[in-house]
Amino acid sequence: MTTSLTTTAAGDPAGTPRPAPARTSSPTTRADAPRRGRRVPDTPLNPRPSLPLTLVTGLVLVYTLLPLVWLLINATKDQNGLLDSFGLWFADDVGLWDNITRTLAYDDGVFVRWLLNTLLYVAAGAGGATVLAVLGGYALAKYEFPGRKAVFAVVVGAVAVPGTALAVPTFLMFSGMGLTNTPWAVIIPSLISPFGLYLMWVFAAEAVPTELLEAARIDGSGELRTFLTVALPLLMPGTVTVLLFSMVATWNNYFLPLIMIKDPDWYPLTLGLNAWNAQAQTAGGEAVFDLIITGSLLTIVPIVAVFLLLQRYWQSGLAAGSVKE
Amino acid sequence: MTLLSTSARAAAPPPRRARFRLRKEAWAGWGFAGPFVAVFGLVFLAPIGYALYLSLFRDRLIGGTSFVGLDNYTEALTDPRFWDGLTRVGLFLVIQVPVMLGIALLVALAIDSGRLYGASFFRVSVFLPYAVPAVVAGLIWGFMYGTRFGLVGNVNEALGVTLPDPLSPSLVLASIGNIVTWEFVGYNMLIFYSALRIVPRSLYEAAAIDGAGEWRIVRSVKLPAIRGALVIATIFSIIGSFQLFNEPSILQKLAPNAITSDFTPNLYTYSLSFAGRQHNYAATVAIVMGVITAIIAYAVQLRGMRKG
Repeated sequence: MTTSLTTTAAGDPAGTPRPAPARTSSPTTRADAPRRGRRVPDTPLNPRPSLPLTLVTGLVLVYTLLPLVWLLINATKDQNGLLDSFGLWFADDVGLWDNITRTLAYDDGVFVRWLLNTLLYVAAGAGGATVLAVLGGYALAKYEFPGRKAVFAVVVGAVAVPGTALAVPTFLMFSGMGLTNTPWAVIIPSLISPFGLYLMWVFAAEAVPTELLEAARIDGSGELRTFLTVALPLLMPGTVTVLLFSMVATWNNYFLPLIMIKDPDWYPLTLGLNAWNAQAQTAGGEAVFDLIITGSLLTIVPIVAVFLLLQRYWQSGLAAGSVKE
Repeated sequence: MTLLSTSARAAAPPPRRARFRLRKEAWAGWGFAGPFVAVFGLVFLAPIGYALYLSLFRDRLIGGTSFVGLDNYTEALTDPRFWDGLTRVGLFLVIQVPVMLGIALLVALAIDSGRLYGASFFRVSVFLPYAVPAVVAGLIWGFMYGTRFGLVGNVNEALGVTLPDPLSPSLVLASIGNIVTWEFVGYNMLIFYSALRIVPRSLYEAAAIDGAGEWRIVRSVKLPAIRGALVIATIFSIIGSFQLFNEPSILQKLAPNAITSDFTPNLYTYSLSFAGRQHNYAATVAIVMGVITAIIAYAVQLRGMRKG
C-alpha cells in the first residue's frame, strides 16, 4: 500500500509495477514535475490520490472480495456450524485444518485423485496449448508463407463459434475414435487457444525485430535455432501470459469434461465438486456441504497463487500484446 | 510485416536466391504454424463439418437414420423451447453486459487516473474472481443465495424479514447475471486498463494544455483511444451470454424448479443430446445458435468500428 502511494506521488499514475509499453512518451514531464519545491497543481498529468474516488471504487472491491471472504470463513465450519452461525463470522469451533483433512480423506481420498487429474490436464493441455500458440503466432508474425492470411482469418472467425456448438459433434467424433472417458478427450481440445494464438501473433510482431532474425540467418543460424536462441527469450512475457490464461481455462474447465468423462476416476476438480453437490440432492446421498466449501477453497488456492506470483509477467505481456489495433 | 527488410532488399540478392529464400521461408513458416493448424482442424473444423452433416439427418425409432434435408432447421426455428431460451439469454445479454462492462470501464479509468490509494491492490483484487472456476463461483453464490446457511437466510433471521428468494423462478436470471458479472468484471477491467496504458501520454498533455479537464480527457481522448478494446470486450461478452451454461447448470442442483432443462439454448442442446439422445436435432440447434451469435457479433463489430 505504501509503496504504491509513493510511486503514485512520484508521478507514475499506474502505481506498481509499471508494464513496459513500446512507447514511453515524455519521460521528462513524469520524472520532473512533482517533488520539486512548492505545491504541484493537481492536473490529469500530476494527479493526487483522491479519498472519495478510492471509497467509491472500493465498493467494487468489496463486491469482488466478499464471496471469497465468505468462502474462507465458511471453510472453517463443519456442517452444524454452517447451519447455526452467521455467514460472515466464524462458528464456535474453528477447524480449517480438520476440514481439509476430512476433504482429502473423504471417499478414499477421491479429491486427491481429482486434483492429480486436474494437474495432468493443465500440464498437458495448457502446456501444449502454449507451445502451439507460441510457434503459430511467431510464424504468422514473422514469416511470409502461402495460406498465412487464410490461417489467420479462419482462426479469428472460429473465436465467434460457440464452444458448445462444437461440443456435441466433438463428443460424437471422439466417441467414434474411442477417446471419450479417457484423459485424451479433455487434453486434445484444450490444445487450441485461438486467443493465445492472436495474443502471440500481435506480441511477436512487436517484440521480435525482423532485423535481429536477419542477422542471425546471415550468421548461418538455422530457422529452428534462430527461434530458440533469438526469438524465444524476447517472447517470454507473452508466453507467460498465454500459459497463465490457458492454465486458468483448463483448470476451470467444466463443460468439456462434463460431456467427455463419465468415470469419476478421471474427473477434474470442477466435476468432482459438482458431483458432491449433486449427491446432496439424490435420495440417500450424503450431504457434504462442508466438504464442498472446503474443497472449493482448495480448488481456487493454487490457481490464484500462480496468478499472484506471476502477475508482473502476465500483466506486462497483456499490456504490450493485447488489444492493440 | 514485410518479411524482407529494407536493408535486405537494398542488398539486392540475385533473383534465384530470393526465390529460394522465399521457398525456404514458406517451409519454415508452415513448420512453425503446422502443429497448431493440424490440431485446430481436428478440434474445430472437423466438428463444425460433422455438425453440419448431422443436422441433415434424423434418427427415427423405426427405419433408422434417414436424410431429411433442412427439416431439422425448420423444426428448430419454430421450436418454442428454443425460442424461450433464446429470449432469455437475449434479455440477459441486454442487461448484464452493459452493467458488467460499465463497472469494468469505471474501475479501469479510476485505476488509470492515478487518483486511487493502493491502485495495484485494486487491480489485482478486482481481477481475482476471474481465476475462480465457474463451478466454484456458482457454488459460493448459490450457497450465499440460499435461505438455509446463506447470507439471505442470515439476514432474514437477524432482521426478522423475508427477503425475496434469489433462487425463485422470477429472480434466478438476475441472480445468474450477478454471478457472471462477478466472475468477469475484473477480466474486462484488465482489458480496458491494458488498452489505456498504451495510449501515448503526450495526448493527455496536449489536451490539458488546450484546457481540457479530467472528464473531457476521458471522453475525448481516452474512450476513443480504447474503442478497439471496448468492441472486443463487447463481442466476447455477447458470445459468452449466448453460450450461458455453467452457472445455470450448477444452480440447477440448488434450484431445480427455477432452472428448466431448456433454460438457455446451450442447456437445451445439452439435454437434447445427453438426456434425450437426439444428436441430430441437438447439432441443428447448436448450429442455429452459432449462426445467430456470429451475425450479432459481426454486426456489433461493424457498428463499433464505423462510428467516429
